[in-house]
Amino acid sequence: MAAYVSENFIPVKIHIKEQPDTFKRFGAQWTPTMAVLDPEGTKRHQFEGYLPAEEFLAQLELGLAQSAFAHEQWGEAQERFRAIVQQFPKSDAAPEALYWAGVAKYKASGDANALADTARQFKEKYPESVWAKKSSVWAA
Amino acid sequence: MTIQWMKGVDAALREARAKGKPLLLDFNAAPM
Repeated sequence: MAAYVSENFIPVKIHIKEQPDTFKRFGAQWTPTMAVLDPEGTKRHQFEGYLPAEEFLAQLELGLAQSAFAHEQWGEAQERFRAIVQQFPKSDAAPEALYWAGVAKYKASGDANALADTARQFKEKYPESVWAKKSSVWAA
Repeated sequence: MTIQWMKGVDAALREARAKGKPLLLDFNAAPM
């Protein structure tokens, strides 16, 4: 975990008693809160509460994928979202990642089949997910 | 290996921009 964090992020620890203004600055209202900011300092992902290691890693990966997506790096975003589905298929992050992988593919290609394919995958993999409901309109 | 946490957000933001690397902010209330 430590190597992963060091390799992928500039890590900053902010204690509520030492830096209450920094909590306000970034909209943190509870602890623990983890926030992923892109290199320009824009928040791309945030999650609260303690998580098991796999869920925690999946959430951090979601932050990296969303950062790539926000920068219109469709290929990298798609790869990162799909990696979450493959590496952490049972995590809560996986259905969200599958949804955004489909959107990233559509953004890159302009091909609506990317969305229809994603909707089909939801029926197989995560039919009960809220993301399945969101993608249901894409079904051909 | 331990994580080398920074404490100053603004210094971390400068480093993130220079290295093109995302930031991970850990807001916590763990006993000091």
